[in-house]
Amino acid sequence: MNLTLHVWRQKSRTDEGRMETYLAKNISPDMSFLEMLDVVNEDLIKHNKEPIAFDHDCREGICGSCGLMINGVAHGPEKATTACQLHMRHFEDGAHIYIEPWRAAAFPVIRDLIVDRSAFDRIIQAGGYISVNTGGAPDGNAIPIPKENAETAMDAAACIGCGACVAACPNASAMLFLSAKVTHLANLPQGQPERVQRVKKMVEQHDREGFGHCTNIYECEAACPKEIPATTITQLNRDYLLAITAGGGPGARKGGAG
Amino acid sequence: MKLDPKIPGGPLEQKWERHKLEMSLVSPANKRKFKVLVVGTGLAGSSAAATLAELGYQVEVFCYQDSPRRAHSIAAQGGINAAKNYQNDGDSVMRLFKDTIKGGDFRSREANVYRLAEVSRNIIDQCVAQGVPFAREYGGQLDNRSFGGAQVSRTFYCRGQTGQQLLLGAYQALSRQIGAGRVKMHPRTEMLDLVVIDGRARGIVTRCLQTGKIESHSADAVVLATGGYSNAFFLSTNAIGCNVTATYRAYKRGAAFANPCFTQIHPTCIPVSGDHQSKLTLMSESLRNDGRIWVPKKPGDKRHPNSIPESERDYYLERKYPSYGNLAPRDISSRAAKEVCDEGRGVGPGGRGVYLDFADAIKRVGRVTIESKYGNLFDMYERITGENAYEQPMRIYPALHYTMGGLWVDYNLMSNIEGLFVIGEANFSDHGANRLGASALMQGLADGYFILPYTIGHFFANAKKEVISTDHAEFKRCEAEVHERIRKLLSIKGRKTAIEFHREAGKLLWDNAGMSRSERSLKEVLKRLPELREEFWRNVNVPGTDADLNQALERANRVADFLEFGELLAYDALTRDESCGAHFRVEHQYPDGEAKRNDADYLYVSAFEFTGVGNTPILHKEPLKYEFVTPTVRSYK
Repeated sequence: MNLTLHVWRQKSRTDEGRMETYLAKNISPDMSFLEMLDVVNEDLIKHNKEPIAFDHDCREGICGSCGLMINGVAHGPEKATTACQLHMRHFEDGAHIYIEPWRAAAFPVIRDLIVDRSAFDRIIQAGGYISVNTGGAPDGNAIPIPKENAETAMDAAACIGCGACVAACPNASAMLFLSAKVTHLANLPQGQPERVQRVKKMVEQHDREGFGHCTNIYECEAACPKEIPATTITQLNRDYLLAITAGGGPGARKGGAG
Repeated sequence: MKLDPKIPGGPLEQKWERHKLEMSLVSPANKRKFKVLVVGTGLAGSSAAATLAELGYQVEVFCYQDSPRRAHSIAAQGGINAAKNYQNDGDSVMRLFKDTIKGGDFRSREANVYRLAEVSRNIIDQCVAQGVPFAREYGGQLDNRSFGGAQVSRTFYCRGQTGQQLLLGAYQALSRQIGAGRVKMHPRTEMLDLVVIDGRARGIVTRCLQTGKIESHSADAVVLATGGYSNAFFLSTNAIGCNVTATYRAYKRGAAFANPCFTQIHPTCIPVSGDHQSKLTLMSESLRNDGRIWVPKKPGDKRHPNSIPESERDYYLERKYPSYGNLAPRDISSRAAKEVCDEGRGVGPGGRGVYLDFADAIKRVGRVTIESKYGNLFDMYERITGENAYEQPMRIYPALHYTMGGLWVDYNLMSNIEGLFVIGEANFSDHGANRLGASALMQGLADGYFILPYTIGHFFANAKKEVISTDHAEFKRCEAEVHERIRKLLSIKGRKTAIEFHREAGKLLWDNAGMSRSERSLKEVLKRLPELREEFWRNVNVPGTDADLNQALERANRVADFLEFGELLAYDALTRDESCGAHFRVEHQYPDGEAKRNDADYLYVSAFEFTGVGNTPILHKEPLKYEFVTPTVRSYK
């Protein structure tokens, strides 16, 4: 396959940035999207040009490093697929492909297609954990957890923190990322003691980072490579409302989606 | 070089408990005076950093990724072993210990392995308390599955994402400490040198991957949790960024590197599809619980798998190893796959693949059950290959996956350099010549949560407290060396990219020091790798500058270390003139092709001392004493 790439190039945070055009020649349909970029980069290096910078690591869809807007869609056209797992067989020979970084005020561009997602880390640091020190934990089977709750928690915990939800949202909201962690921990008995404080602290941090608010557009759900359901946002809203009004919150009540 | 493993005396079952009692403590008020640098944020690094900060130490943490949550532990799929015996199927600490020792083909330390089995139980409790969403039974109890090399079900799991969930648990514990100001986190920062002053590790030199800034950090102890070196082979299941740089540079500063030739090949990966391939993807070993492995009986049979009748299929693992069948250990399963492919019976493009077939399991328990157990793996397989594994068998082939070798450590996880601790995959200690499935997560968390936090306190309590400034001449010398090397890489402006060199060196290792090795093939590596290295330093092209984010420079810097390290690996494989576990020397096998160990001559840990690039390293031997189990011929038949 031969493709024409239109790629966002930006030298640094302060550089203005621009789209540049590259040809990707002799691309195999069995290549992943990032392997296709590898081919382009190797060619650039051979011509003494600087390769396109993009974040990537595991290349099996789990580390959450990669994140590209491909033809305006976060992670590209395949449902539930990260850019590293997207294969070129989903593109047509001769196609023009537009590749851009995540666009959000809270995710400043560092270089080319690499953005700074440390805001996500700070949201977790604000409360996305259970405060338990190492040692002294009771036996793992001491508290039975209904399978249904464990499964709901796992569905939400599958978030890889890639930021596609933010990139896809017209408001650049990180609600899906935030609600995924809130829902994960709210569905487990171990998460109950801090449930109220957690949701408050995480939402406050989310707002401080400059992410927008959720207006129920659901682009996040559509873009999420791990199919985190938008119902986690319903759970978040419910917990948050209880946290700021009653001051007590749902306590140990069973969590559920919506 | 003195290598004292410092194994405590007494009965096996009491060593760790006694040692914990005998170790000195640091009082809470004094803990805050000690600073620890933790490099790497996988399971071992994150769990250690969080725990040390909870105890009150000053902790600084470094990772090359943009967030500590992205370390490659995240990709572990199958599960984590623990001797809980929840299934009432006869498991115990002693059984997990014995399985691990046997799985490692009797090349690991008894005392370390027993301790690992012992603390395995605490890990599960800790993770549950952190909110790790382990799979549950309908009654709310923890579920287990079985894994290769074991006849009990002791593996805890979170669908096919166990590593992710355990890492997020540790990452969240670490995040709590960062948020509380008790840990200083340095993401996008790579360690490029270890600073040793008067025989003691005093700090590290790092490069900020965003600005290119070279910086020194001084501390009372350095903890390396930087993972394994599978990427020496270019194609492996490791993340692209995984590298040997931190441990290799510690080796160059005097740390002993142990058993570098013990590299594990995972039997169930998606086969290579072409030269463009940048990495290989693993399909969890847990699939072997329900999948049956086979190839056509006839060589060169090109029919679609579904049209090959039962009578013309060879379920070779079930045939050769009736008691373990498709759950035979990794090294054995991998070699068996290579063997049938060498016979011309391999399947798929290039003929390097075997079938992993779920048709019988789907018939037995239904597609829905298989989907709930392995759905995400089947999806991943389809994304990569375009094939639906519910309707036709998967194609799999072995790939480099894990490295049992690593920096030498004593029972306290301290290397031969005082103050340098090494944990997780980066050390050599617990898996011998072959690691069992679901034991890497166990070891990473055991080291980080439950072992290092005790032993490092003992070190501090007995070491001289002395603050060394980063203005010290040795820090400056190391910084200058790092600068010079980067300057050199950028100045060569040759014709080949670092990735081309990496691919070439990786293929050389895979072909000659991979699944099977011989004196001839290893000598080939030792001849060609120095040539390739010489060419690298003459002909590599690294674009850009050192003053900003430069991924080509990062890669070249790592490849340069692999080009030196590969020689160490091959040299170890050459001097270990026996077969054991994953180390298969074709000269040493039984008539049926099984690995032939030589306990009379090789019952030791190889620990190498650096003597200069291109020079033969000095081999030190730590004898392995088996007091509680008797090494036997490993049989899974």
